[in-house]
Amino acid sequence: MIAHLPLASFAGAIEFIFSPQESNVTGGKEVGGFDKSMELLIKHLEVTAIALAIALLVALPLGLYLGHRGKGEQLAVGLGNAGRAVPELAVIALVAVLVGVGLQNVAPVLAILGIPPILNNAYVGVSQVDRATVDAARGIGMSETAIIRKVELPIAIPTVMGGIRSAAIAILATATIAPLAGVESLGDFIINRNVYGENGLLAGAILVALLALTIEGSLALLQRRLTSDGLKVKTA
Amino acid sequence: MGNPLVIAAVGEVGEGFIKERDVGDLCQAQAQHVFCLDWARENLDRFETPTVQHLQIVIPALVIGFVVAFALALLAHRIRWLQPPLLAATGILYTIPSIAFFFLLLPLTGLGRDTAIIVLSAYTLQIIYRNTILGLNNVPAAVKDAARGMGLTNRQILWKVELPLAIPEIIAGLRVAVVSTIAIATLAVLISAGGLGTQMYGSNLTFPTSIIIAAAIVMLMALAFDALLLLVQRLTTPWRRAVPA
Repeated sequence: MIAHLPLASFAGAIEFIFSPQESNVTGGKEVGGFDKSMELLIKHLEVTAIALAIALLVALPLGLYLGHRGKGEQLAVGLGNAGRAVPELAVIALVAVLVGVGLQNVAPVLAILGIPPILNNAYVGVSQVDRATVDAARGIGMSETAIIRKVELPIAIPTVMGGIRSAAIAILATATIAPLAGVESLGDFIINRNVYGENGLLAGAILVALLALTIEGSLALLQRRLTSDGLKVKTA
Repeated sequence: MGNPLVIAAVGEVGEGFIKERDVGDLCQAQAQHVFCLDWARENLDRFETPTVQHLQIVIPALVIGFVVAFALALLAHRIRWLQPPLLAATGILYTIPSIAFFFLLLPLTGLGRDTAIIVLSAYTLQIIYRNTILGLNNVPAAVKDAARGMGLTNRQILWKVELPLAIPEIIAGLRVAVVSTIAIATLAVLISAGGLGTQMYGSNLTFPTSIIIAAAIVMLMALAFDALLLLVQRLTTPWRRAVPA
């Protein structure tokens, strides 16, 4: 019952990413290759970007506002905690059988997975901004929206970006099982074993892992760029 | 079905499940029913084995993850320069999506429970390690000085002063780790490791009632473990109020 792939399969998987090859399950048909890999990689990024954009649009303004007002901690933090308990497989499976397949159904559902960390971190980040700083901003005549935009958000950037990074990785990871709901992604290589074979399976895993690390790294760089120099001074 | 991977992927629970579902006539056109109460009543016992399997993945993963992360944190607490590289290393493990991680391990550990346990415990390292270090670093220097002044050795300071004071942060980390591990363990079905994921996805998606019940059990399990840890924290730190996870 337990199938052990030989270690050499890594070589086969890497070959699969770059050049089409006969799969061990399709009897002669050539699958994989660089073009197919890139096509699925771009689709994977597309799904992730759309879902992340929806999550940001919903959760970021709400989290910033709640944090600014110091209200709704239960909602923001509670949702953040509860969100972690939701099994992604159930979410994708349910949307596929109840709502329907396709990007228009799956993207909003993936977005839901991204909302808790963004909301939670935006709330925590903003509400932890020193109230004296906010009072000073109010004292020099800044409007409430200006305070959020120019004072609280810049100070809270590391925390806010932390939430966005978690959301991005959660969405990207779950997009791997999106093919179960009829949305193409790198998960195709993994889910459709009877098309792509064992090399495809491993190739998909390698690509998804590299993509996640790349996105995480890029967002970490972006976070550094966005963080004001004043905040980078080490306070021991 | 000549491919061992495909056969294995269906798994024992999944295979039987699909067969029985096809002949079930409790709710005709089940896909249209969001929740079929009759089926749920009749079939609740089929979730028993998957629940046990789920626990058999989650508990070892958490124990291993905790022991390794805790040991790494103690090591990095002594040897300070290890802190950033260990944080980066555990961060990489945390970033790799678990589905990808499962399959990356196939050539090394094969299908089944062991692989699931390894992946899930690797996944918990970052959260537990980071929070343990955070907790230890948050201990006020004055408290450590006082302990030293009372004649405690370094070892005594660590076990009797620093670690007890770090309990809230350590448990906050454990709570996050426990809850996400229980949720992610559903994906273990993809590498034939069983668990509640088998009731959501066999070799095909199952139907809503089964998915909802399985998801509910997962979330209840997460809630129960979370409450248990909160209780442990209350009991072990009578001098402090709970710190939100």
